[in-house]
Amino acid sequence: MSATSVAAAEQYDYEIIKKFSVMAIVWAVVGMFAGVYIASELAWPWLNFDSPYLSFGRFRPVHTGAVIFGFGGSALFATSYYVVQRTCQTRLFAPGLATFTFWGWQAVIVLAALSYVTGFSQGREYAEMEWPIDLLILVVWVAYMAVFIGTLMQRKQPHIYVANWFYLSFILVTALLHTFNNIAVPVNLFSLKSYSLFSGAQDAMTQWWYGHNAVGFFLTAAFLGMMYYFVPKHAGRPVYSYRLSIVHFWALSFMYMWVGTHHLHWTALPDWASTLGATFSIMLLLPSWGGMINGIMTLSGAWDKLRTDPIMRFMIVALSFYGMSTFEGPLMSLKDVNALSHYTDWTVGHVHSGALGWVAMIAFGSLYHMIPKLWNTQIFSVKLINAHFWLATIGTLLYITAMWISGISQGLMWRAFDDFGNLQYSFVESVAAMHPFYAMRAIGGMFFLTGMLLMAYNVFATIRQGVRDAELAGVRTTVATA
Amino acid sequence: MFKNFKHEKIETNAGLLLVLTMLAVSIGGLVEIAPLFFLKDTVENVDGVRPYTPLESRGRDIYIREGCYTCHSQMIRPFRDEQLRYGHYSLAAESKYDHPFQWGSKRTGPDLARVGGKYSNEWHVQHLIKPTSMVPESVMPNYQWLQENKLDVSDIGDRMRALRITGVPYSANDEEYQRNVKQFGEAVAKTLHIPDALKNLVAQAQEGNFDGDRSSVSEMDAVVAYLQVLGTMVDFSKIKPEDLVKFR
Repeated sequence: MSATSVAAAEQYDYEIIKKFSVMAIVWAVVGMFAGVYIASELAWPWLNFDSPYLSFGRFRPVHTGAVIFGFGGSALFATSYYVVQRTCQTRLFAPGLATFTFWGWQAVIVLAALSYVTGFSQGREYAEMEWPIDLLILVVWVAYMAVFIGTLMQRKQPHIYVANWFYLSFILVTALLHTFNNIAVPVNLFSLKSYSLFSGAQDAMTQWWYGHNAVGFFLTAAFLGMMYYFVPKHAGRPVYSYRLSIVHFWALSFMYMWVGTHHLHWTALPDWASTLGATFSIMLLLPSWGGMINGIMTLSGAWDKLRTDPIMRFMIVALSFYGMSTFEGPLMSLKDVNALSHYTDWTVGHVHSGALGWVAMIAFGSLYHMIPKLWNTQIFSVKLINAHFWLATIGTLLYITAMWISGISQGLMWRAFDDFGNLQYSFVESVAAMHPFYAMRAIGGMFFLTGMLLMAYNVFATIRQGVRDAELAGVRTTVATA
Repeated sequence: MFKNFKHEKIETNAGLLLVLTMLAVSIGGLVEIAPLFFLKDTVENVDGVRPYTPLESRGRDIYIREGCYTCHSQMIRPFRDEQLRYGHYSLAAESKYDHPFQWGSKRTGPDLARVGGKYSNEWHVQHLIKPTSMVPESVMPNYQWLQENKLDVSDIGDRMRALRITGVPYSANDEEYQRNVKQFGEAVAKTLHIPDALKNLVAQAQEGNFDGDRSSVSEMDAVVAYLQVLGTMVDFSKIKPEDLVKFR
């Protein structure tokens, strides 16, 4: 067994995957800490410490940037390089370029965070990076595209495995979205500040086309790619339905790109555009559940493993949250529901049921599966994975429950009238009523972060163990040959 | 045509997979975004909407810098409760010079689309320095540095020139200035003239005395000037509701 693993390590380019895996863990810790911090600021505002650098408005993009692009991005680079090599049975195309994507991407995350706290932001959600960072992202992304597509081209298998279709669509769409959403005119060549080319309604449309598809492709399609490799691999069973994977891949790719406008219901965006977005949002339920069903049915037959294998638990719970969020999403895109939910914490809760429940958990499962293989060892502690699983699950549930209550309360309080037809509550009464739920949300986040710290330690110990074993093996071979 | 089609053809050909995927993902954006630039019904034609003055524009820069949009929307929806709480629903025209738009997605604090003129300058200054001194239950951070920091006006010309490239009608020469006089009237046109930007900025800060200190121009001057103009440009007493219906 170990002989084949050693062969695998030589057959494939693992160094780059190791680097990205470690940084995925690092950014997860940093980003989730930032998340817990800003959540706490809303519950206990003195945590802003009168400091511009820590104030909620500047710190919030540090959280979103570090978890989406730092943690999510690094996990996707790592797993896509792993999956594309193993399913194509070839080494990475242009390994030097792959190394560049690593350093380039890490520079993007660090520079973005520094620029936000020092007051440079494009003012576009999830695309706050100013123009020089945007250019760096573009260069890194073109390099990534070259490495990934180049590796596909030199595959030794006639078929391109389904996981790679999803990774490919994620890479293409991210390039498309990033380019068109960040067209801006810099103040001058030496200024970080720029103004977006579009304005008002057109700008809003472009931004939410970007914003929702960042969710759709960066946080969904790509993680489905991850799911399509690691779930069957870990369960030791083939993908449930090949036909379903084809249908839901094309349907998902086509339909997701239409739905961004459901973020702009009842706004000054023309009605036809947001109605179209809502229509596609409802249809999108089918391909989304196609993916969930394919994943869960792949696991069926290996249900007994759920009792003993916490990695499997991460995967099944991730798929369950995926199914739940992709049901909630179309529901919230209905105009009547959206009239209540928009602008409230319900949206924040929805995002996190997807981000914590689906994205993070499927990434945890995949990383726990992959990291021991990269270092040719066993996981340091299965018990710690189990503890992480429960902390993450409880944390997610606390978080989304708090946001459901606060979101729906806000929506109802804002629209409540008294017997005389006047507004029943002033705005600030709705703010005050949120305090217990903001505290509960912060505590949920703390659970999730604690689990993440356990993972960081477990991975650290696993790597240390792998490195030591390799050194010992090295000594043994030297002794044997001497 | 599809009789002998097998998906195998796509999944054994990376180029074909790439092209077809690109095709599948491009259509949605094209159909929804492109028409907005051509359909005349997208943005209403209403009187009063003008580009921001240099001081207001710098205030807007600071609004974006501090990430105010992470908690405040600037988009009132056409509901009775929002009408009572905030005022007339927002028109697309009212953000047509907003690069970028700041409609927001979350109301941890109230909507600000029509906050202009609702409170005095003094109220805003005190509220920004310490929100809980005006609204005890507020969870908003203190922004006392706005009062302490002098406004950086060194690149005001470059900023306006950049906005002019994006399509905001700031005037760089006499011809453009005359065009603005026709469109906005002389008083407004003067404030949009790039060569006079710095002069106009200082004059507005002096005259408005937004932060209660005339001796220098602070970031507070700019932010309050911006907040006080939000939602005040269109005179809704002169617009009939039926004129707006077709835009919805």
